[in-house]
Amino acid sequence: MGVISNGTTLLDAGALDSGIATGDMTLISTSTASSSATIDITSGIDSTYKEYIFKFIDIHQATDGADFQFQVDTGTNTSYNQTITSMGILSYHQEDDSAAALGAHSGSAILHQETGFQDLGRSLGNDNDQSLSGELHLFEPSSTTFVKHFMGVINEAANDNGTNQRFVAGYVNTTTAITRIRFKADSGNIDSGTIKMYGIK
Amino acid sequence: MALISNGTTIFDAGSMASGLGGSMVFIKKLTASGSATLSFVDGSDGVVLDDTYKEYLFIFKDIHPSADNENFAMNFSVDTGSNYNVTKTTTYFQAYHNENDSVTALGYSSNKDLAQSTDFQYLSNSIGSDNDQQTAGIVHLFNPSSTTFVKHFISRFNIANSSEYTVDNYVAGYGNTTSAVDAIQFKMTSGNIDAGTICLYGIS
Repeated sequence: MGVISNGTTLLDAGALDSGIATGDMTLISTSTASSSATIDITSGIDSTYKEYIFKFIDIHQATDGADFQFQVDTGTNTSYNQTITSMGILSYHQEDDSAAALGAHSGSAILHQETGFQDLGRSLGNDNDQSLSGELHLFEPSSTTFVKHFMGVINEAANDNGTNQRFVAGYVNTTTAITRIRFKADSGNIDSGTIKMYGIK
Repeated sequence: MALISNGTTIFDAGSMASGLGGSMVFIKKLTASGSATLSFVDGSDGVVLDDTYKEYLFIFKDIHPSADNENFAMNFSVDTGSNYNVTKTTTYFQAYHNENDSVTALGYSSNKDLAQSTDFQYLSNSIGSDNDQQTAGIVHLFNPSSTTFVKHFISRFNIANSSEYTVDNYVAGYGNTTSAVDAIQFKMTSGNIDAGTICLYGIS
């Protein structure tokens, strides 16, 4: 059944008409971790949106000190080994006030034309109340012309009992469309947490 | 009565089906006018700050202090606003540049962060009170209703500061409590919020 008002179609065939104003941030999927080795999002990443946002809500890992990471892939591939060059910033402060500083990521925290997983959070605590929250933006993954830029910002409760704010940015150095993304811990499982994927019109 | 089209529920029980509308839902706007504090309290005056959303977003526009060189700050409550005194550990860094181009820098501000403190957390500091000066920015608050995890927040503000600088301000951290946060208060650490608006959104 369609609904038409004053000659304008408001909804039809189970969907709001594209001309009807709604919000420009659309929830596409929600993934919930439950002792998960990986969280793979393999649908919904296409040319529908020019920007995608992944929201991380209280990601809690099974292994103390483990890192929270992502990689992407193309088509229906499952290798999750695209070439990435990245950079990052860390601002941290210990609960006992013994250390606080701001600095650039180096070493294994960043990638230079490497196919490994990109860290979003590092050295996370696994106390019952410790977790990570934040977001990752992925720009125009369906482009077959350009590299694929990403930017993330995370706050985490670290395994040495401090707060870490991390900024991660870079690009996936491919002109093939990206269609899927994988999140995992570098050691052990993702014990719990929620990942929501949104499209930005 | 529900409205169903082609087997898909469009409206039911007074709301649009999930996924059909936008995911950033306006909840409440507060407007300062010589205000000592501005508070969002769950269940009060139309405010929702509970498990309805996993993330809340506050947007601050034209926050103008009543006196020069004031600091804009926030605190959480776990007792619906009776006390704003949640323990927090936070980070604070700034990038800044003055109008006469004599100073530019990026650095950590070790005197503005908190280590297991119940004090109000600065979001913007040293705000100018010239008629055209103010601060604006955003705060993300994640899963405040959790009774399991700490409460992460991430903020970013820009400041027209009292010494004629633009300051890009980054503050983040967590409320170190496993009690549900159900209220949040904003204020100047001295004097009033002369003008400005704060809008609260839920991210569905």
